[in-house]
Amino acid sequence: MEHSTDRLERAAHPEGYRIYGVVWFWLLVITLLELGIVLVHVPRALLIGSLLILALMKAALIIAYFMHLRYEKLSLVYAVVTPMFFLAIVLFAFIGPDALSVFYRR
Amino acid sequence: MAHEAVEHNQVLASDWGGGRSPFGVGWPKLMMWVFLVSDTLTFAGLLAGYGALRLSLGRWPAQAEIFDLYLVGAMTFILICSSATMAVAVSAARRGDRGRVIPFLLLTALGGLLFLTGQAYEWTKFIHEGARLSGNPWGVPQFSATFFIITGFHGGHVSVGVLYLLATALRWGLRRIQPESVEIAGLYWHFVDLVWVFIFTLLYLI
Repeated sequence: MEHSTDRLERAAHPEGYRIYGVVWFWLLVITLLELGIVLVHVPRALLIGSLLILALMKAALIIAYFMHLRYEKLSLVYAVVTPMFFLAIVLFAFIGPDALSVFYRR
Repeated sequence: MAHEAVEHNQVLASDWGGGRSPFGVGWPKLMMWVFLVSDTLTFAGLLAGYGALRLSLGRWPAQAEIFDLYLVGAMTFILICSSATMAVAVSAARRGDRGRVIPFLLLTALGGLLFLTGQAYEWTKFIHEGARLSGNPWGVPQFSATFFIITGFHGGHVSVGVLYLLATALRWGLRRIQPESVEIAGLYWHFVDLVWVFIFTLLYLI
């Protein structure tokens, strides 16, 4: 136990505060990209697809580095991340057909 | 019998045998993670409801013309900065850099307050333009209803977060808490930023 917390402490701070500056920078770059995509007019499907990918990238950066999940034990990572996949499946499976059925009725 | 005792000892010695921490984090921090997972379900429900409404209606006001994207962009910028200062505060607490914790916690709280000011301004403007929970001048009542409920829910989280940060700063100053408590407050604050990523994308941009 002693040993493992020691390892976690060290792994959590590979390069001091610098990593937070780097993550902050990329979060801002992605945000500017998002605003840029909205301001220039691109096809709707491309807009939605790229915005969702950029949002997931930001989320991954925040969870992995700001919330330190990258440096936690794998059991905790799985406990937090796997429910999200089930959540996505359940939401799509139960709400999706209802919301999309309108397209066929219209 | 001897064999059973050996097996029993093996179970106890394993990670999940009890008396250990199988997730490699303390109890309070694990509980904050559990809370955040459940809070994710709350926001996912709200956002999924919004998506289902919007898809099934088939028409939606051109929100890029209604919202002030520069204001929302600035609010997003502030929230990201406050998340970064929070990360520094947590890191400082963990490495024993005591003097840096309180200034960065207060900076983070200030970021939260600025965000809330922006949101208050946005809501005021929106309400003056005639938006209500039950209807709005743009013809789709669900548009303002989902906006107020989702951003209101998030704003509530930010408000609670600011109080939480101030309490954490105070208790750290009085030396009542361990670095782990600062870290737990940090998890909550980053989560608020995380939720905003999706609200910003789904409500304002798409």
